[in-house]
Amino acid sequence: MTSGLWELVLQGVWVTIQLLVLSALLATAVSFVVGVARTHRLWIVRFLAGLYTEVFRGTSALVMIFWVFFVLPPAFGWQLVPLWAGTLALGLTYGAYGSEIVRGALAAVDPAQREGGIALSFTPWQRMRLILLPQAVPEMVPPFSNLLIELLKGTALVSIMGMGDLAFSGNLVRLALQESAEIYTYILLIYFVIAFLLTRLMRGLERKLKAGIGRAPTRKPDLELKRPETTNVGGAI
Amino acid sequence: MKWDWSAVADFMPHFWDGLLVTLQILVLGSLISFVLGLVWALLMRVPTRWVTWPVGAVTEFVRNTPLLVQLFFLFYVLPEWGITFSALTTGVFAIGLHYSTYTMQVYRAGIEAVPAGQWEAATALNLPLRRTWTAVILPQAVRRVVPALGNYVISMLKDTPMLMAITVLEMLGEARLFAQQNFQFTEPLTVIGFAFIVISYLASLALRALERRLVH
Repeated sequence: MTSGLWELVLQGVWVTIQLLVLSALLATAVSFVVGVARTHRLWIVRFLAGLYTEVFRGTSALVMIFWVFFVLPPAFGWQLVPLWAGTLALGLTYGAYGSEIVRGALAAVDPAQREGGIALSFTPWQRMRLILLPQAVPEMVPPFSNLLIELLKGTALVSIMGMGDLAFSGNLVRLALQESAEIYTYILLIYFVIAFLLTRLMRGLERKLKAGIGRAPTRKPDLELKRPETTNVGGAI
Repeated sequence: MKWDWSAVADFMPHFWDGLLVTLQILVLGSLISFVLGLVWALLMRVPTRWVTWPVGAVTEFVRNTPLLVQLFFLFYVLPEWGITFSALTTGVFAIGLHYSTYTMQVYRAGIEAVPAGQWEAATALNLPLRRTWTAVILPQAVRRVVPALGNYVISMLKDTPMLMAITVLEMLGEARLFAQQNFQFTEPLTVIGFAFIVISYLASLALRALERRLVH
């Protein structure tokens, strides 16, 4: 492989990382808003949040990307830059998975903590901000770490829409060299390295957050199932 | 926003063709992932690191890299090595392999959840290793993991559109073809979007029923 082709691959890495960071930020925001909304006291808020989760988890990420690229522009009369369209589709889809993590972690906080907040006459928002979230967030890190790896794998989907990410640069190099084994091996290795670094990063984050509330990090994080659960059935083993 | 019902009507025959291919991928891919995942899980219990280390490394690699790139790899590299399959076969194998690295963890959790007393009883009865696995451990382990395996089938359903990238005409492939021929993107894409939601919702209901039956 020539240096020009490597440059192409590096550009692909950069686009993938940009897309990963942006859609991870959007997905985090969506997860927290929707996840917290699912514990709201008004049934209509809970219902709408649940509907959002079901719809976006129910459909395929790739179909969602097609939809954002092809259906949104004529429907609303504006066209998104590919990077933002990809961010929107991935962030909304993976945010729906993340909202289940947030809801689960909030539900797992000892009920006595919530009752303590009520007894101290905290407002619902103060209870959430000062009591529930600080204890629930460290528990969310391992499942969010798995979801982040899924999101990294999901970013490859935008290459189908012609966005120049890592997977797309692999296709370009394949066309240039008329040979695929070498380049696809490199591409897979690069994805694997990024995934490995992300796992390390999240493990460090977990250690830091758990130390903040005086707990030890989970001893064996990889004993959990790595894939975010698709439905809320059969999650517990 | 314009919605054209006649486009939906025109698309429906293609939709059924695509649905058939999607379900075909789903069934065959699930079977491969169930079998291969069990093989990985059993290999990981062989008491030598010469087996567990390579199997662990390979499955970790497959699990942490995008299915889409794996599809490209198999689709473009295998013919270079003189092995040619149809796009559908390649896709089914790739998706089955990818998901086997997930089901393997499900099986492992199931095997580890079998109480130690079962192992000890098998030893006390002097059962050979093979019988211990086939008659004692696996029947109990597999029963426990059926719901979790079902979750991965639903996940797999939502990854089947990726096979479009290697020219398989499943639901999304049919929708894109129809859209490009008729310059109508909204209707076919929305129809298959709904189809995915409906199918995965029905599947999760079926799974919940199955789970309830297994518990009792």
